[in-house]
Amino acid sequence: MSALVLLLGCDAALLALSLVATVVARAKRGGDFVYGAAFALSSVQLVGGAYHLIGRHAPLALVLPIGLPWIGANFRLDALSAFFVAVLNLGAAAASFYGLGYGRHERDPERVLPFYPAFLAAMNLVLLADDAYAFLVSWEFMSLASWALVMAHHREPGNLRAGYVYIVMASFGALALLLAFALLAGPAGAYTFGAMRAGVVTPGLAAIVLLLALAGAGSKAGIVPLHVWLPLAHPAAPSHVSALMSGVMTKVAVYGFVRIAFDLLGPPVWWWSLVVLTLGGVTAVMGVLYALMQHDLKRLLAYHTVENIGIIFIGLGLALAFKAFAMPSAAALALTAGLLHVFNHSLFKSLLFFGVGAVLTSTGERDMAHLGGLLNRMPATGFFVLVGCAAISALPPLNGFVSEWLTFQAILLSPMLPSWGLKILVPAVGALLALSAALAAACFVKAFGITFLGRARTGAAERAAETDVFSLTAMAVFATLCLIVGILPGLFIDALAPVVSALVGDRMPMQTGIQWLSIVPIAESRSSYNGLLVFLFIVASASLAAVAIHRLASNVVRRAPAWDCGFPDANPATQYTADSFAEPIRRVFGVFAFRARARVDMPAPGDMRPARLKVAIYDLIWEAIYLPIVGIVGAISIRLNRLQFLTIRQYLSVVFGALVTLLLVLAAWP
Amino acid sequence: MIDLGVDLVFQLVQMILVIGLAPLLTGLVRKAKARLLRRRGPPLIQPYLDLVRLARKEAVVAHSASWLFRIVPYLVFAATWIAAALIPTFATGLLFSWSADLIAIIALLGAARFFLALAGLDVGTSFGGLGSSREAMFATLAEPAMIVIVFSLALIAGSTQLSTVAAFMASSAVGVRVTLGMALVALIIVAVAENGRIPVDNPATHLELTMVHEAMILEYSGRHLAVIELASMLKLLLYISLIVCVFTPWGLAIADAGVGDRLLGAGIYVVKLGIAGLVLAVFETSIAKMRVFRVPDFLGAALMLGFLGALLLFVSRSLK
Repeated sequence: MSALVLLLGCDAALLALSLVATVVARAKRGGDFVYGAAFALSSVQLVGGAYHLIGRHAPLALVLPIGLPWIGANFRLDALSAFFVAVLNLGAAAASFYGLGYGRHERDPERVLPFYPAFLAAMNLVLLADDAYAFLVSWEFMSLASWALVMAHHREPGNLRAGYVYIVMASFGALALLLAFALLAGPAGAYTFGAMRAGVVTPGLAAIVLLLALAGAGSKAGIVPLHVWLPLAHPAAPSHVSALMSGVMTKVAVYGFVRIAFDLLGPPVWWWSLVVLTLGGVTAVMGVLYALMQHDLKRLLAYHTVENIGIIFIGLGLALAFKAFAMPSAAALALTAGLLHVFNHSLFKSLLFFGVGAVLTSTGERDMAHLGGLLNRMPATGFFVLVGCAAISALPPLNGFVSEWLTFQAILLSPMLPSWGLKILVPAVGALLALSAALAAACFVKAFGITFLGRARTGAAERAAETDVFSLTAMAVFATLCLIVGILPGLFIDALAPVVSALVGDRMPMQTGIQWLSIVPIAESRSSYNGLLVFLFIVASASLAAVAIHRLASNVVRRAPAWDCGFPDANPATQYTADSFAEPIRRVFGVFAFRARARVDMPAPGDMRPARLKVAIYDLIWEAIYLPIVGIVGAISIRLNRLQFLTIRQYLSVVFGALVTLLLVLAAWP
Repeated sequence: MIDLGVDLVFQLVQMILVIGLAPLLTGLVRKAKARLLRRRGPPLIQPYLDLVRLARKEAVVAHSASWLFRIVPYLVFAATWIAAALIPTFATGLLFSWSADLIAIIALLGAARFFLALAGLDVGTSFGGLGSSREAMFATLAEPAMIVIVFSLALIAGSTQLSTVAAFMASSAVGVRVTLGMALVALIIVAVAENGRIPVDNPATHLELTMVHEAMILEYSGRHLAVIELASMLKLLLYISLIVCVFTPWGLAIADAGVGDRLLGAGIYVVKLGIAGLVLAVFETSIAKMRVFRVPDFLGAALMLGFLGALLLFVSRSLK
């Protein structure tokens, strides 16, 4: 039995599970059954995908007699699909396992359980689809299933709006992809990907296809300015679904873009990379700036997804540029960096959402202003979240650093590019990448510090208790993976080689044979990095210092009240909050990014009213792009509203007029 | 095998050298500043005595502190020490110099700062939060500035390996370049800010509302404070060594040099450190501390200078 049949079988089983879930959702152990089965099926698919990728098997194809009658449903498993299948199902397996514990606290399981396996199956089918029809149907199914999950708690304030914005943006994205595939298929209607690959598209049309793909896949992935739904919808879903949407579904969108831009569209034109790089750089910095302004933990994480998608697109944009100028080894480096970040982000983002979910079940709060001091009450969760925070902040020796390091190495190759536009843009994008990395570190100091450190700000935080063993296991596995990818990146870079060589015609040098397990992107004299040694050095010297000092000097600890310069205040409200922590950064960056204004209302001496500080920040992208569109749509619909109240004669004449106009257009068409 | 042994010895010598010299460098800067102010100042070895005294005292830990508070000093120290050990101080091509390049060294320092900022928030006092939040703000500008400086150096030398960069700078191939000048100025600004020296922060004050680093570590005492103090002394040494090895690489023993050359290199390195310390003391004495919200402009200037330098290189590559 081929791996492809196995994967499709699992997806069929997931769809069946979805039907079963409608029946058992209210049953006592229904959640356990659904999540357990989803875990098993995802694990099988993970093994299938990883086996195909690591074994470097030839692509497998299969046509099923469903879907459009004259093409059927085409499925194909090549290295690119296999890589994304592995990433997806690793996240799905962990989320399902986490769901075994987290799902018990669900109030309305019948609103979550039926859609959960369907969502997993739909994402898998997108990756396996080999014709435009199957791809778009799966894509839409994925959108709808995730929309249903976003709406699971539709009575909570804000969630209705989140679902509304999401469904509108998802429709827009699907429309863009539909048009992109239509242009690729051409007038002959070559809807299979094989035919698109073989077909030739004129440069003008190819550019339009690329922009449509960016709009379609980018709106799902969260490219600025199409990101607006993401920070609303991801937090609204239950936490393990948030982990899937942020950690995995955005990767399916990245897959869609890579499939079109690198595979179906033929040789790239160099200026495409200008667009992708600009969007990537802007997305990275804006995403993290938005994140810094948040105090809702899940929304903060969702904005960080936007940032990381930007980093991934920087890698992809560089790969496009190098590919366009026939520099395959540099393109291989850039693409590997982007794809490795896809994997890394799926690891730490899922881990962080799991951690926030644990905080949410334990305290009922996801607003940092009501948390604090959780590390003492949830030590294991706190530790794993700390690993995730360090990894996403790109600190060595964890995994986030490796992919950003590779991206920097790719940027340093770009002076060889012969285009002036790129010569000026690429260093700017490099600076934006560095800026976003530094801002991300600040943001996660804030997120972890305010939530897990300090003193409890509310009774709920005071009474928090450690979460269940399923959740902890899922977090432990991902935290370990963050470390393993960080210290042994060579293994994962080598595993990506077949993907990269299929897309850009070259691969990074073999990494596993290198002495001491270093990674060397080009040549050792140029750059090398050894996460394993850095990790060992840090562990060794930290323990050496600790042991030496405890042995030779003093090991006495005395607990005492906090010092705080001699005036400790017992009220936990005097601690720094998320907003006050971000205040200096808001003053530096927020003035132009958000038109941030702070107004202090200080009463005169003797006046008894309290002093007030009012901070106003504006979402400029929402105001500049979306509000006008909303306004135009509203104005048009008010005008068109009259059409609802016509007489039958008027309706008939409207229909007649429309028919005549269409016929005239058809007759006049060349 | 003997080569490996010798290399290992030199790598260890480097690690011990940086940790041994760091307090002396701090002592020298303090002494020189005191003399410039016509004070007598503490003896040169005062930092060593302070460290020993602190290490022997009991550590007082706040009730609300978590386990993170107690391991952060060691993590910060380890990350800074590793970073300092990877800088070619007296010889390039040391045994483990390839295990992390300049970007990784910056990221290691970033990791140290990340954990120190967390420790500032751990006890839950307003001073700690103040320090952490300001440190985070400075870092968001200093780190990208540092990365664009690395772009410049890496493009000139064709490598991000610090050993290769230093060896290239020591060779005659480099010449005088505008980019290098910009990178030097930017690097000095970043170094001043990262080490919390005047005009960004004042390492000698307490109980001042503008303090940053001191506010973060306010709750630390005893051996924890000793380790953190040592780490910040190491950081000062690290930045000075970085500037010295890239911009004044004279006397640096290039890879495969003999033992004699390396010893000579070590001697020259100590002299260079001393001069740099005196220059720092004069600089700090002759300038006033700036307001906290002027610092972003100061660091932004470094970022822009570094970026212009890198851009110049990116663009001029095609002219060759």
